[in-house]
Amino acid sequence: MNGVPLTWYLILSAVLFALGIAGFLFRKSVITIFMSIELMLNAVNLSFVAFSYQLKQVNGHIFSFFVMVVAAAEAAVGLAIILTVFKNRSTLNVDEVNSMKY
Amino acid sequence: MDVILFLIFAIIAVVSGVNVVVQTHPISSALSLIGVMGSLAVLYLLLGAEFIAMAQIIVYAGAVMVLFIFVIMLLNAGAESKRGRSLVAQLLGFPLLIAFLALTSYFVQRLYTNGAVVHFGGFQGGTAQNIGRALFTQYLLPFEVTSILILIGIVGAIVLARKELD
Repeated sequence: MNGVPLTWYLILSAVLFALGIAGFLFRKSVITIFMSIELMLNAVNLSFVAFSYQLKQVNGHIFSFFVMVVAAAEAAVGLAIILTVFKNRSTLNVDEVNSMKY
Repeated sequence: MDVILFLIFAIIAVVSGVNVVVQTHPISSALSLIGVMGSLAVLYLLLGAEFIAMAQIIVYAGAVMVLFIFVIMLLNAGAESKRGRSLVAQLLGFPLLIAFLALTSYFVQRLYTNGAVVHFGGFQGGTAQNIGRALFTQYLLPFEVTSILILIGIVGAIVLARKELD
């Protein structure tokens, strides 16, 4: 067999996405949760590029590019929010930032 | 050759991804995430997405992760504590995750019976020329909106991260 089935790429994407979900749900540190979101975005990018190969069109690459741009902007704003939260609360644990919960 | 390269970098990506989730120290997670992004860039190259692979290296592994590591070091974030995890989450979390993954893989296998076989060089449309042409003709309006988004991101980050208002 010479060549990789496209489904392998999609399954790899699903595995990375599931790992991102696991990190998002199980971790306590807000920075690690944020990194899990980046992992999920990367997984989705991989399936966009894989579908682009399947359809022999460049559109998937464009979507992937836009996802990257949005992720960069999101990282800048999100890390600024993390800085502000740490400045006010001096904690990075999401369980301790719960004043909107009660 | 394609299969060997795919397997090598897929395994690196999955192992680094597991490492992102299980490491307690944020710096270790960040470095593992760089491993995931680098191996994904190689997989993009195998899929014929040269421009996206380079953008992945430059934007993600270069810019975003440096920002993450900068913030981790600025906040002096240490290892997180293990306590305070509910019993339901401990018991059900991992099996449910495996079930989700198995279900997704099953549907992918069932629905993509006519999926293409990926050869290196089988799709030549991912060059910077093609991406640029699509970006500046068909996707011109989203591209310009993206510039506004980036501007808002810059302004928002500065406003949020500066010192308190007087």
